Amino acid sequence: MDMIRVENLAKSFTLHLRGGVSLPVLRDVFLSVAAGECVTLHGPSGVGKSTLLRSIYGNYRPQDGRILIRHDGTMTDIVDAEPRIVMAIRRCTLGYVSQFLRVIPRVATLDVVAEPLLARGIGAAAARARAGELLARLQIPERMWSLPPATFSGGEQQRINIARGFAAEYPVLLLDEPTASLDEQNRKIVINLINDSRARGAAIVAIVHDSETRAAIATRLFTMQSLGVAA
Amino acid sequence: MTDIPLLEVEKLRKSFGRQIACRDVTFELWPGEVLGIVGESGSGKSTLLNCLASRLPVDAGAIRYRLAGGDSVDLVAASEAQKRHLMRTEWGFVQQHARDGLRMDFSAGANIGERLMALGGRHYGDLRQAALDWMTAVEMPPDRVDDLPRVFSGGMQQRLQIARNLVTRPRIVLMDEPTGGLDVSVQARLLDLIRRLVQDYHLAVIIVTHDLGVARLLADRLMVMRHGEVVETGLTDQLLDDPQHAYTQLLVSSVLGV
Repeated sequence: MDMIRVENLAKSFTLHLRGGVSLPVLRDVFLSVAAGECVTLHGPSGVGKSTLLRSIYGNYRPQDGRILIRHDGTMTDIVDAEPRIVMAIRRCTLGYVSQFLRVIPRVATLDVVAEPLLARGIGAAAARARAGELLARLQIPERMWSLPPATFSGGEQQRINIARGFAAEYPVLLLDEPTASLDEQNRKIVINLINDSRARGAAIVAIVHDSETRAAIATRLFTMQSLGVAA
Repeated sequence: MTDIPLLEVEKLRKSFGRQIACRDVTFELWPGEVLGIVGESGSGKSTLLNCLASRLPVDAGAIRYRLAGGDSVDLVAASEAQKRHLMRTEWGFVQQHARDGLRMDFSAGANIGERLMALGGRHYGDLRQAALDWMTAVEMPPDRVDDLPRVFSGGMQQRLQIARNLVTRPRIVLMDEPTGGLDVSVQARLLDLIRRLVQDYHLAVIIVTHDLGVARLLADRLMVMRHGEVVETGLTDQLLDDPQHAYTQLLVSSVLGV
């Protein structure tokens, strides 16, 4: 069952402050991802992997094409959905994990991780318990849970971000370099998390540069070509 | 979120002489949604807020508000009495300068109790309890309930102003640069408080700010205004990460690290 269907996608950036120059990044992109699949995006730097991932999340706004996400049983086009529908899709269906945590001042680590669950209406106690499970699994010591992550190391913040992304068990997961800058042991933990999510039926699209991680998680590669290069 | 907008603003127009402050502004606000209005000074964002709050008469357009009871009322056409009643019950307004939104010669407790008294609250014990509860809710020491606002810090005054507004459990709160002019650390605490109150009380908020960091933190959706016109709208992250309009691109490129 397809969870994501990208059809005929085109995305360019018009830089008004640079004389209106237009940078085409994606054209004629078609990609379907089924439940239980993990597709990794492949291609040289600058080819538009992150642009594709962000477009699927509804973060970038494409000029052409459709991006259908199975939300609440129906395929919904995130490109032209109303903002509140996009918000509902993100709350219930679509998770996005980058390597960078957007730190919210004064909010404790445990609450940062529990927040997506609370937004779904899950009770505070259950949400915190689940957040604690993930933090423990990602080896964040319990004494740090009550502190805001602003002063934590890059690797710790990254793991907190991963905990936040995986706590809610989204049916569709988008991962942008989830294991970058993690040590060997933590990388293995994240690989297991990704594979567990796939096993429970999540559709996953990931950008991973390190070939070992890719081999460990990918069920399929999606190769992208630069628009400047003749195909 | 229910399937009916709380507020529908249609072609709202407001001029000061030949100066157009709001040109055909149209948008919807849904229950529990936080809408940010960004743009530089003079873009018309504060005028829009004041028109919505019935503090300024509008020249044309409609402001349809869905009452708690379910009926819809056009605030442009409503009576002064009805508007006044709504503005101190179902609506709240947080000013940039707390001294404009507080009664500086009333105690903190009296400031919080004022709306309740206007609604007929007379029982001293109840009013006092409400004041103590709301001081706690906005992280103010309740033992300062009898102090005058002027002896509070800027951040505390702002929290008192928020408490004073929330005491009637409004459904929609308008905020005009609520963190403007505060120290960064005080600002962070206030932003965190506003985030929590929005969640806990399922508030719909329209917040005017020129600070895109504040917008990123608080708003679900943004409207960019320039010269009285809405030039771009979208989810906050869409607008800040992939701005389409030349003016939005200029705004986003002019700040560091949002």
